[in-house]
Amino acid sequence: MPAIETLELTKDYAVGFWRKRPRRALDHLSLSVEEREIFGLLGPNGAGKTTTLKLLLRLIYPTSGTARLLGRDLDDVEVRRRIGYLPEAPYFYDYLSAREFLEYCGQLCGLASAERRTRTGTLLEQVGLADAADVALRHFSRGMLQRAGIAQALINDPDLVFLDEPMLGLDPVGRREVRDLILELRRRGKTVCFSTHILSDVEALCDRVAILNRGRLHGVGTLDEILKLEAKASEVIVGHASPALRAALEKLTDGLHAAGDKLMLTVPPERVFAVAECVKQNGGALLAVTPVRASLEDYFFETFGTEKVPELSGKE
Amino acid sequence: MSRIAAIAFNTFREAVRDRVLYNLIVFALLLIATAILFGQISIGVQQLILVNLGLTAVTFFGLAIAVFIGIGLVYKEMDKRTLYALLSKPVHRYEFILGKFAGLGLTLLVNVALMTVGFFLALYYVTGGPGAGDVPVLVAVYFIFLQLLLATALALLFSCFSSPVLSAAFTVGLFIAGSFSSDILELSKAVKVPWLEWVTRAVYYALPNFRNFNVISSVAHEHPVPLDLVLYNTAYAVIYIGLVVGAGILIFQNRDLK
Repeated sequence: MPAIETLELTKDYAVGFWRKRPRRALDHLSLSVEEREIFGLLGPNGAGKTTTLKLLLRLIYPTSGTARLLGRDLDDVEVRRRIGYLPEAPYFYDYLSAREFLEYCGQLCGLASAERRTRTGTLLEQVGLADAADVALRHFSRGMLQRAGIAQALINDPDLVFLDEPMLGLDPVGRREVRDLILELRRRGKTVCFSTHILSDVEALCDRVAILNRGRLHGVGTLDEILKLEAKASEVIVGHASPALRAALEKLTDGLHAAGDKLMLTVPPERVFAVAECVKQNGGALLAVTPVRASLEDYFFETFGTEKVPELSGKE
Repeated sequence: MSRIAAIAFNTFREAVRDRVLYNLIVFALLLIATAILFGQISIGVQQLILVNLGLTAVTFFGLAIAVFIGIGLVYKEMDKRTLYALLSKPVHRYEFILGKFAGLGLTLLVNVALMTVGFFLALYYVTGGPGAGDVPVLVAVYFIFLQLLLATALALLFSCFSSPVLSAAFTVGLFIAGSFSSDILELSKAVKVPWLEWVTRAVYYALPNFRNFNVISSVAHEHPVPLDLVLYNTAYAVIYIGLVVGAGILIFQNRDLK
């Protein structure tokens, strides 16, 4: 049973003051996320990632299409007992302390008093807020609020966790901790679906990703599946390269670099065998043939151009 | 039910951690204390002035609290997006609205109780101790509380779809119009044009009838409050609040959060 299933999910917003006209935020999104997966929703700002999550959480209603979570209809409020959600740039009741806030969330999830207290203590420890547990949230920094948000998303020990830009506002240590937390959730058999525009997070964490841009799904699958489409070359390293071999290889490629008696060349996939034959005939040694894996950055540059490329460096 | 109670308690907690609330209560108590002074310069009608001024202070400061907090009940949560985390929990939207209403109702109950204690201390200072007129005064306080609940329901309804400033304007406007609803009824009797009579009557019945709840002047003259008025006002408040809160739930149920 898929943890998340959407079918032709579409959302239009009305824009304009006098004459309202629809603006499509999500366009016929159909995808399925299996249980125990870490699934990434990747796309630039305005791609439809947050809209997708808000639709799945019933914070907004779809214009058309349907979706199911853990095999149940979205209108079934009880399914949310098994779901956790971290909103993007979360803001919580600033008059509450982190402990009070988590206990309140636990109450709403129907946890018994003792369980609430235990979960609250454990989570505050886990997200590194144990020392600030009784400080009002109004005194929290952006990163601390993000940690409190992650803790509230996990208060009910959910089977399915939605995280909207979980690394936002976190320092490198915090980002590492959140990555570890997400991996720990998968180890415990949870499904995690998170949205991000930071490519390195996706590469480090996701089993599969969906690429969104301007509300449309541009691809879904494992990173290999998505990037394979863009793999256009192989990197070949040749040893014992004689001048004759070098001259022969120069005819097969435009990109050739020499380092001592080694040659490194980049060739299109269809010429790899010709290169290998040439090396063999000229007494060289074929040391390595590596398909050049296109990165997600390359994918984004090629697909969407330079204007809407997600964060490349992994920094906010 | 426990989720509604949790939301109500949190709403109450938010209110009691807000300094503005205490300022309003202090102002109300100061005004009641001032009523003693006014009474002292008005020979023979000291109690009359104290009851009039004291209960009016309870009404208006209670209304200020109801409007001030009520208009932000839903709007603020949507605006600040605190609702996202809350509604992603197993919480029905109607539970959120009911919890919010109950929370502010509880806040008003505590505040009205505090102001009433202050009022009675002032009253006993003037009269020397408890008397037969205390019961009608308590009934008047009960009516004030019902009015405040009605105003809260209206503020909550407007908070579901408009900004705090507009919600405040609508709520206060309806409170004023509803306080003069008997004049609208008189107008419907006075006009001789059938369709205009029908319209004014419709407006009279649609507006919340705050006038019926105001027995301050009557109890100030130590007149008893008839039991049937207590029953009628209670039923009216329950039904009207039910309809208004129900309308708020219907609007909120279908709203997209920002």
